[in-house]
This record gives sequence, C-alpha cells and structure tokens, in this order.
Amino acid sequence: MKVVLQNLTKKFPARGKKNHGDVIAVNNFTFEIPDGKLVGLLGPSGCGKSTMLNLISGLLKPTSGKILFGDDDVTELPAEHRGIGLVFQNYALYPHLTVRQNILFPLQNLKGKDKLSKEAMEKKVVDAAKLVQIEELMDRKPGELSGGQQQRVAIARALVKMPKVLLLDEPLSNLDARLRLQTREEIRRIQKETGITTVFVTHDQEEAMSISDQIVLMKDGVLQQLGRSQEVYDNPANLFVAKFLGTPPINIFSGNVSDGKLYIGKDAVLNTSGVPNMEVYVGIRPEGFLLSENGSLCCAMGGVEVMGRDISIVSMNEASLNFSIRSIISSDSKVDENAAFVHFDLKPNKVLLFDKKTEKRITF
Amino acid sequence: MFKKFFKNSNLKSWLYLLPAIIFLGIFMVYPLIDVFVYSFEEGYNSASQTYFGTGTYNYSYILHDPYFLQAVKNTFILVIITVPLSTGIALLISLGLTSIQRFRSLLQTIYFLPYVTNTLAVGLVFMILFKKTAYSDGLINMLLSLFGGDTVDFIEGPYWAKMFVLCFYTVWVVLPFKILILTSALSSVNPVYYNAARVDGTSKFRTFIRITLPMISPMIFYLIITGFIGAFKAYSDVVALFGTDLNAAEMNTIVGYVYDMLYGDSGGYPSYASAAAILLFAIVLTITCINLLVSKKNVHYS
Repeated sequence: MKVVLQNLTKKFPARGKKNHGDVIAVNNFTFEIPDGKLVGLLGPSGCGKSTMLNLISGLLKPTSGKILFGDDDVTELPAEHRGIGLVFQNYALYPHLTVRQNILFPLQNLKGKDKLSKEAMEKKVVDAAKLVQIEELMDRKPGELSGGQQQRVAIARALVKMPKVLLLDEPLSNLDARLRLQTREEIRRIQKETGITTVFVTHDQEEAMSISDQIVLMKDGVLQQLGRSQEVYDNPANLFVAKFLGTPPINIFSGNVSDGKLYIGKDAVLNTSGVPNMEVYVGIRPEGFLLSENGSLCCAMGGVEVMGRDISIVSMNEASLNFSIRSIISSDSKVDENAAFVHFDLKPNKVLLFDKKTEKRITF
Repeated sequence: MFKKFFKNSNLKSWLYLLPAIIFLGIFMVYPLIDVFVYSFEEGYNSASQTYFGTGTYNYSYILHDPYFLQAVKNTFILVIITVPLSTGIALLISLGLTSIQRFRSLLQTIYFLPYVTNTLAVGLVFMILFKKTAYSDGLINMLLSLFGGDTVDFIEGPYWAKMFVLCFYTVWVVLPFKILILTSALSSVNPVYYNAARVDGTSKFRTFIRITLPMISPMIFYLIITGFIGAFKAYSDVVALFGTDLNAAEMNTIVGYVYDMLYGDSGGYPSYASAAAILLFAIVLTITCINLLVSKKNVHYS
C-alpha cells in the first residue's frame, strides 16, 4: 500500500518563558512512498524524523496536511485503527510477557470478523518468529535476550498482524557495529519477502543508503531531497545534502567562477562553461581526486592514511572550509609522503558547485 | 570457629550492623521471645514474676472468650473490607490523576491532605459527620432524613452502622498514602509501552489489564501486604471513634483485646494478652505468606 503525505505540518506549542514561537518539527512535507518499497528517512538528529514517523503511525496528530494510505485518508484515524506496525527505537517489548506472548499480543486485539482462532494465531506467531529466526527463544522474557534478539522480536511483533505499513524508528541504533551490518541486511530480506511498504528512520546515511529503495533527506522539518540513494549522492540538490551523504564527507572549498573557469584559490581547476561569473562553494567528493604531478589543484601535504584497499591522502589548502582535505586514491599509486606539496586533477562529475548565497546546486 | 566467623573482612560489616542488631535485639527480638514464653505460663504476674504452671491453657482460655472471638471477627471484617476497597479506590483515583493535565498537582495535594492532618481533627470531623448528640444528629443523618431515610446512630447504634463508620474511616485514612504510591508507580511506566499498545490496536481496558497492571504490580503488592498488616493492627482508630470501652461497644479488635487484657479495667492478665498477641502474630504471618505465594505468580519485577 502506498503512503501519501500532503503538505504535512506539525507544530509543537512553545514551552517556557524563554522560547517564544512554536517549534515546527515537520514543515509542509509532501511526498509519496511507493507500494512495497523500503524508504529511508534520513537526517541529522532533531530534524523531525521521529515526529514524521509518529505522524504516519497516528501517535501524533498533524497540525495541518493529509496522510493517505492508498486512497484512504487516514489523517483523523487514531493509531489503533491504522493497521500499522511500528518498531520502536528501544523496541518497547512488554517486559512481563514472554517472546511468544509479545508477538501474540497484537493478534489478541483483533475483534469482530478479524478475530482469529487460537490455532490460527499460534500459526501466525510461529510464522513471524520463523521469519526473523527466533523460534528457539519463544519462552524467554525480553530481559533475557540480547539487543539483536530483542530487535528481531520487535520486528516479529510488528509484522505478525501483517500491517499495511511497517515503520522502523532507528532500529539499529542499539546494536554494535557488526550486528548492525547483519541486521540491516536482515531487515532488507524480511521487507522483500513480505513486500510490506516500509519506512525506516535513521541518522546514519550509510545505513539508509545501503538498504533503501529510496531515501528521503530532511533538515529542520523540511524535505531536502528524495530519490534513489545513488542519484541523491551523485546529484545533491544543495550543500546540506552533499555534506550529509558520503563517508568520508565531501570536501568543501570556497571558489569562484570567472570566464568559464572554476578557480580554487589561484588555481584554475576546471572548465565550467555556461556558469556565470560568481562566488561558489565547491564540493569535491574524496574519490574525485586524481593524483597527477602537473595537476591543477595544489595542496600542502599533510599525510597518508593506509586503509588497505585504498589510501587516503590528507592535505591542506587555504581555500578549503574544512581543516584538511581527504582524498581517496587507489593503493596502487605511489605517493611521496614527505613531499611538501601534492597535486591533483579533478574528475568533473565529482565536482559539485553551489551558489554561495542560496547554497543551491549549480549544474554545469 | 568463632574466629573464622569474625574474619577480618567480616568484622567491619558486623560493626556496621551492630547498632541495628542491638536495638532490634533489645526492643524487638527479646520482647517477642518473652511474649512467646509468657503465653505458655499460666497466671503470670509481672509484679511478683511468678506463675502457676505451664501449658496451653492461656490459648484455650482466649479461644473460648467471647470478647476475643468478637475481636477476631471485627478485625477480619475490617481487613477483608478495607484492604481491597482502599487499594481499588486509590487505584481509580490515581488513574484519574495521571490521565488529567490541568489541576493535577492541586488535586494531588488535596488528596494527600488527610495524610498530614492531625488525627484529633479527623476524629472531630467524623464526629460532626456521624455522632448523634443532644443538639444534632450529625451531618450524615441530616442527609439521610433529607432523602426520607431513617436516622441511624452510627456511634452507639447497631453493629453494622458502627462497622460501616469504622471501615469508612479506615479507608479514608489509608487512601492518601496509597494514592501517592500508585500515582508515582503509574507515572514511572514508560509511555513507550502505551504507544506500542496503541499501535497494536489495544483497547484502553485491555491496555490497563495487560500492561499497566502488571507493570505496577510490585507497588500494588506492597500496598496490599502493608495494608493487611496495618489493618490487622487496628486499634487507635477504633478508640478514637468508639471510646475505650470497646468490648461493651462490640467493636474491639485483636490489638484492643491485648491492650485490655494488660491495662484495661478488667486487665492485669499478661499471660492471656501474650497468647492473644502470639495468635495475632501467627495470623499476620500466615496471611503474609499466602500473599507472597500469590504474588509469585502475579507480580512482575523488572
């Protein structure tokens, strides 16, 4: 089932004497989550991601705007009747119930024609448990499970009633790095197997990019960009999106365009025909540097970090807005760590220009 | 053996425990043993420290004493009515308090006032409410007659009327503390569970039964245990309401019976008093053990 958000806005009233004015957590948000897709809702902490999820779930009511599940307007429908599954950040498993009882709980709430027989419930519980591979833990209490196991139980509980929409609120933030990697693939697998439209909230861009069909980037409650991960990474709409995506992060320089040439400091680094003369921010992805003796961009050598597959050259440039520039080069290339300067050529498609005033992308 | 017991590492801990052990030993354990011994000594006289013989006569005497049986009956009625009633009412009020936003702290303060109010003032209020005097029939009787009912003498009248006043008073007196405990227990339940339940489509009632109650069950259990023990030890409230001649008023309690046997007008029988006290102890112990057994199944500690 597709989920449509139309001009969704959520304001929280100002609290206390010092903070006047409402807090706008979600601001005029419009987008559509296609049926059966996994969408990653991404943004820095405090950007309104969780508010967004709570609005979709019905735990919060929007100040204005509409939410549609398929063609049904559910804006006024309370959470209990929306038929969604929600996995909370800290899982919110009922601590006094066993795993089996926890998964069974949503089924026991069904009333009227949806009411299931005991056998049917038991079968659904077992199926859900099998899906997340926790069959052998059924009679334990949540307190006796590891973080990863609790997380699976939470997903099973959310899935057992076959929700129209599955919402995951930072589901991996309580797991260690290795488990996080494994679990996110697990989530992807489960989503694909069930085909349930899923929204996944995270502040970790790598997590979102790796498993989502689409990512939605937001900042201060405002939609920044949405699209397939690779598209958004390659063609960020503005400086914020460019900075937010990518590890190591993009390198930002202060530059200007003059007579069809891009200048970083005094170095003319690239032909940018069609761009009027103006001050710009130049974003260069770490993989956008080519080591070249006669390269156009000259930076002071800072050091070399070996990462196995690649090497990372740390260098300095006066025009750089970050203290150091990080460039990733194949480990086959020879780098003289003791040289005073390092020269780069730039890959044009990895160089992004942004208007200095509006921070919007300038294409060339 | 002795040396091993007081090993160096242990010495410090024992030293810390010493004040409590001394005080508990002198004022709790020794008297308890003493009372136990007295209860088997017939006709013990505390002035001359003499007795006639030993045996279970004291127990058989009080178990055949109609005043004692009346006291046991009164105490059990009081316990069985007030403990569930006060806990239930306190739970309802606490639920109400936690679900409202406005005036919450004001109402919380009002509900807590009886706890800090002087017993004599409370007694006076109950007198105005219930007591028939030469000048007035009391507020409740005024209300009763207003609605066309017959007036009842709640303080010196029929047994059920007096029992009603006693239960009413007891429930009213213990409510504030229970409300305090339960409101804090309710507000300590993580709201994320309620959100989870809402998303799972749980009705309000089911959320309460399946989630709220188990989560606050340790506190409810605590209130029930202390409520039982407190109600079994009722005495001063009864005196405040019905005066000191409780046997005549048919309103005596077990503790009241013990007191009367020691110091009352017909008193001076420490042996009988000791036997009654030991019986009370046995009753409270049994009830508490039953409570603990029941709680093992139904109380969830996180």
